[in-house]
Amino acid sequence: MRYIPLTQTEREEMLAVLGLESVEELFAEIPREMVLTDDLPLPDALSEAELIEHFRQLAAKNKDLTSVVSFMGAGAYDHLIPSAISHLVGREFLTAYTPYQAEISQGVLQTIFEYQTLIAELTGMEASNASMYDGATALAEAALMSCAVTRRDKVVLPATLHPEWREVVDLYLGSQAVEIIDLPIDTATGTLDLSGVGDIPWEEVACAVVQQPNFFGNLEQIEPVRDLVKEAKGLFVMAVDPISLGLLKSPGELGADIVVGDGQSLGNAMAFGGPSFGFFATSGRNLIRRMPGRIAGQTVDTEGRRGFVLTLQAREQHIRREKATSNICTNQALNALTASIYLSLLGKQGFLDVGRQCLQKAHYFKNRLLEIDGLSAPFSAPSFREFVIEGDVDWNGINEKLLEQGFLGGLPLDRFGYPNWVLFSVTEARTKEEMDRFTNLLRGLIT
Amino acid sequence: MTAKQVVPLIFERSSPGRRGYRLPDLDVPEVAVEELIPAEFLREEPPELPEVSELDVVRHYTQLSRLNYAIDVGFYPLGSCTMKYNPRVHEDLASMPGFANLHPYQPEESVQGALQLMYELGEYLAAISGLSETTLQPAAGAHGELTGLMVIKAYHEYQGEGHRNEIIVPDSAHGTNPATTAMVGYKVVEVPSDERGGVNVEELRKLVGPNTAGLMLTNPNTLGLFDENITEIAKIVHDVGGLLYYDGANANAILGIVRPGDMGFDVVHYNLHKTFSTPHGGGGPGAGPIVVSKELAPFLPEPVVRKDGDRYYFHKPEHTIGRMKSFYGHFLVCLRAYAYIRSHGPSGLREVSETAVLHANYMMRRLQEAYELPYDRICMHEFVLSGVRQKEMGVKTLDIAKRLLDYGYHAPTVYFPLNVDEAIMIEPTETESKATLDEFIEVMLTIAREAEENPELVLNAPSKTPVTRLDESRAARQPVLRWQKEA
Repeated sequence: MRYIPLTQTEREEMLAVLGLESVEELFAEIPREMVLTDDLPLPDALSEAELIEHFRQLAAKNKDLTSVVSFMGAGAYDHLIPSAISHLVGREFLTAYTPYQAEISQGVLQTIFEYQTLIAELTGMEASNASMYDGATALAEAALMSCAVTRRDKVVLPATLHPEWREVVDLYLGSQAVEIIDLPIDTATGTLDLSGVGDIPWEEVACAVVQQPNFFGNLEQIEPVRDLVKEAKGLFVMAVDPISLGLLKSPGELGADIVVGDGQSLGNAMAFGGPSFGFFATSGRNLIRRMPGRIAGQTVDTEGRRGFVLTLQAREQHIRREKATSNICTNQALNALTASIYLSLLGKQGFLDVGRQCLQKAHYFKNRLLEIDGLSAPFSAPSFREFVIEGDVDWNGINEKLLEQGFLGGLPLDRFGYPNWVLFSVTEARTKEEMDRFTNLLRGLIT
Repeated sequence: MTAKQVVPLIFERSSPGRRGYRLPDLDVPEVAVEELIPAEFLREEPPELPEVSELDVVRHYTQLSRLNYAIDVGFYPLGSCTMKYNPRVHEDLASMPGFANLHPYQPEESVQGALQLMYELGEYLAAISGLSETTLQPAAGAHGELTGLMVIKAYHEYQGEGHRNEIIVPDSAHGTNPATTAMVGYKVVEVPSDERGGVNVEELRKLVGPNTAGLMLTNPNTLGLFDENITEIAKIVHDVGGLLYYDGANANAILGIVRPGDMGFDVVHYNLHKTFSTPHGGGGPGAGPIVVSKELAPFLPEPVVRKDGDRYYFHKPEHTIGRMKSFYGHFLVCLRAYAYIRSHGPSGLREVSETAVLHANYMMRRLQEAYELPYDRICMHEFVLSGVRQKEMGVKTLDIAKRLLDYGYHAPTVYFPLNVDEAIMIEPTETESKATLDEFIEVMLTIAREAEENPELVLNAPSKTPVTRLDESRAARQPVLRWQKEA
């Protein structure tokens, strides 16, 4: 299937205007020795029907979570997604470009402005950008921005951060020779071990990062780190789970300077890990003007009507080139729009209910799993919708058997260097019946 | 589009107590929240989210969508952005539960179809580029650039050449090239263009040296011109130990015609949201996979997908730079690009580029009568005009762009590349009909006449759009970046 409307007659008409005999002549400036003479080694073209059939066959080799009940999270979450979303994002948002011509892009620009408002509300910060690639890259950009703003080159990172986020931040910071100082984990609480913070040279630290809830689902005591970094005029950066922000104190209330997170759970499909989006919010004139990424702002047209434009563009690569705050241009507009529609549909009460149900169900499920002989809860800290269970068993082997029974179990953390620990996630989409059935199955597999 | 319509903000439609979605009832015994989470952690004031019905939401976003221009609405000749038709079947494929509803940490055995798709797309992009191995992880073109430069940096360091710290970038380059260079801690060295619009080879010779890490180049370049000296350029950079990075923004001109690998490039990124027809979504998500030479493959980000017999699996490259983002990249964007390649096949992809180039040359020649053509030679998939003739009459390129909106078109890219005065960069793509191109040409010629005969018409444009020209300096001077509840 090709999407090329050109007919033979039209081709000839165009060539006649150009005074050429053949299309090949248009490529005459390419050195002969490098022009391909053979077809690319690719499979032959498929019709639409053949394409759909091919994709059906590929999809059949996957076990998707429509027919499998998932207790896996660790950065991708199985939340309920309202039907209206896909119908709305498929409209004239889908095939629009970045809103360079504001007069015919008010739809995209207003949705970005609304998105920025929603993120500012959730995080308790003054301003948000239009979105980043994902939570991990948003955090990396926050750390780089902190270094640029403070003119310091040390960053304090928690061991309780998502290990993949940590890898991304390591890579971004490493290429600018930023030194990373670790805050270790206290394996009794499952939160940060703050006993060594007195030894950190805080006056050289650009920012300290805390993830709340942390990778293991636990709630961190953020105040000690915050106070130390802010007293020394460094920035306090929080990485947060947006679903928790109805229940938990907002980062703004807690004194965060920059807040980032991943927005997949706000109405976006898990999509085998992407696309999702990252959010990025900050407060204060100075920091807002150093934010990476696109920002929409309100203004008026020549007749005084309210309208929206991309603004504060002096920060960006197409103006500042090598002096830009970041190289980001394309972001995740459609995923951010998805989140806006999700948050609008859920609304003030519905969004609180999602957080509350996650908490209640995770708590119920954790207690059910702890009824199984041989399993224990390694951590004492309170948790939100994810929690770790410890057990000296072959978790990967057990997960294979669970999958045969229609369950995707928790994530064995041996892949990140923590043998015997499994990270479970429970969303509002899970039912008591599913949790009870899973508990019984797991008991049978372990004992 | 509806003229002169201000849509209220979603927050302005809110009524206390209204709801737009109902959750199932909580079916586990409820425990007081304070028993699960100490009160010190709990928020007292819930976030001010809108309180609206589902119909409110549907109408709100439908009304907003109608204020937007999109490929689905009309011709979108935005140079450098390759706004081609986005096939609808791709949306159906991407929403199949067998792809959309996969968890990234599912056991490999349960996602063999997804891994096969990723592996094969990597192979296809390698074939199209003439290079060796692909990572699908980069989220966008600029992210691909960042990945590519990090791979180049890691390679030099591994070779004991960590002192190399300069990237050469043409003066016509996309802003992302220098911005990315700075992000990896490298220095930007700008090389000027020659009188034919290509890299000035003699200047390049003077700029390279023992500190050259590499050169970033778009070919065809941002003027839409194929740099005929590419072999010489590659040799100059390679001879001093530097590597060549191909910015794939303009790859729509060369599919199946010439491969970046054969031009001498070591790293390529593709903007799947340009060349391979994945929708732009009003600014993303895109995807910017990179393909590298065999020598650079061990440095790719982790994980890459490999194949053993019939089984696909994740692999950590030996000297991997690490990870560029969570998980594996924009899987559902990659899926659409995969579908696009499979729909076209090798001869179809070649036809894509042949037609895109034919369209651009046809338009360029027809518009040349009214607009200055700074580089009068065969163009590739796009071309750059200059509005200098109109500027003499007091009509700037910006005004021409705004007048096009009144005629129902999206404007071309304007004021880029920076080395052309009053630049107007037009990229028609292959998916438009000759009738559409002819209509647009007529409108461009009409606007040129208006600029001569009735410039006020152009200077006051647009007047038929949902809003008229917006006060950008006010937006920047007194930033209003969010809605506030009235006190």
